[in-house]
Amino acid sequence: MSEPLIRLENVTKSYPGTESPAVGDLTMDVHEGEVLVLVGPSGCGKSTTLRLINRLIEPTSGRIFLKGEDVTDIDSSQLRRKIGYVIQQVGLFPHRTIAENISTVPKLLGWDKAKIAARVDEMLELVSMDPAVYRDRYPKELSGGQAQRVGVARALAADPDVLLMDEPFGAIDPITRDRLQNEFLRLQQDLKKTIVFVTHDIDEAIKMGNRIAILREGSEIAQIDTPEVILSDPADEFVENFLGSGAILKGLTLK
Amino acid sequence: MDFLQSWWAFMSTRVDQIQVALAEHSIYVVSVLGLASVFSISLGIATRRNVLARELSLAVTSVFLTLPSLALFTIFIPLVGLGFAPSFIALFLYSLLPILRNTITGLDGIDQSVLESARGMGLTPRQVLLSVQLPLAWPVILAGIRVSSMLIVGIAAIATLVAGGGLGDFIKSGLARLPLPNPLESIWKGTLLCLLLALVIDLILQALKRATISKGIR
Repeated sequence: MSEPLIRLENVTKSYPGTESPAVGDLTMDVHEGEVLVLVGPSGCGKSTTLRLINRLIEPTSGRIFLKGEDVTDIDSSQLRRKIGYVIQQVGLFPHRTIAENISTVPKLLGWDKAKIAARVDEMLELVSMDPAVYRDRYPKELSGGQAQRVGVARALAADPDVLLMDEPFGAIDPITRDRLQNEFLRLQQDLKKTIVFVTHDIDEAIKMGNRIAILREGSEIAQIDTPEVILSDPADEFVENFLGSGAILKGLTLK
Repeated sequence: MDFLQSWWAFMSTRVDQIQVALAEHSIYVVSVLGLASVFSISLGIATRRNVLARELSLAVTSVFLTLPSLALFTIFIPLVGLGFAPSFIALFLYSLLPILRNTITGLDGIDQSVLESARGMGLTPRQVLLSVQLPLAWPVILAGIRVSSMLIVGIAAIATLVAGGGLGDFIKSGLARLPLPNPLESIWKGTLLCLLLALVIDLILQALKRATISKGIR
């Protein structure tokens, strides 16, 4: 593949007063148009790694590149407007309507009103919500699944190349989660965004990822490869244990 | 009934006095509330990330609220003389704590995920404050302003003792001439007008609440 869209180069994040770094000397490439899933036990630093990419957490050392440009020291707010961000708790603005929520980043980027209004409707349709019904509602009127649809619509509103998702379907009931995952995969076939997706659920990782990075403590990569390779050829005992006993079965359910 | 009749007769012959006293009292309430709100909200914002500064400002404003009102009104006379100034300062100090306390509570109570997503979308810290934190904390802040407004309407009646005017004038003059004609009418006049003023201010704040709080968080 060509030059990676996102590149973390020897990135370390350590907090004062702690012995081992949360992320230790991590080098990782994310290629254009792929879904890279970061998966690992809780506390392994996968969320920290994700938040280093949009610099919600500033690295202690190392460089971060986006489309070949070193973004480690540029204005972090400007950087984040170019990167979609979806979190488990969604974090919609409760005092703003759905339309206002979705138009947050386009407004920051100074789009004109007509373009924003059209974009809001387009985004709502994209996530299978009727704009006429939901445009002027408030977040408190939405179910958990609907809220996360809006969360995704909001993250995609300014058409970022990169989308960071931190356990986006983690707080949603299993049936709705499954539906959202499927819809999301369908969306991704058209959108071809570059996505970094964090989860602690290996099944979700296998389902969503083009590639999976299995992380152990300190965000050290135990293995990074396609789901097929990881399932059939786990790199070590840690990966094997993490995959669990159903690994062969999981492999069979892939395509 | 006799008392009510004589009270009403008493009231109607003193419309001018009432207007003046009511105006003075209202000026206290409005100006103190305005300045104390700006000051307390700013203080709450400025100290929101510094635990020491926050606790210190809460402690100091608590002390103001604990001081006997009579003392607080008189303490400042050597510095600023009699009349409006010492009364204004005392009322200002009294009204700080409820607004400050509620500003802090309101800002603290915001869902962390909302702030995380705001930052994650590229809002600058200033934009997060102005377009997310303050609107979300506003209902709680406004409740503090309301508490302060009730407090000030009552305590402003003390201003009369430092020649600051207001509805306290009626109460004081009633007390001063208890054996003379119409003392009770005068005291009642001051008291009821205070209540009336408190009611009107409360209605205004209610209207402000309805106009400024988003439907999404009501």
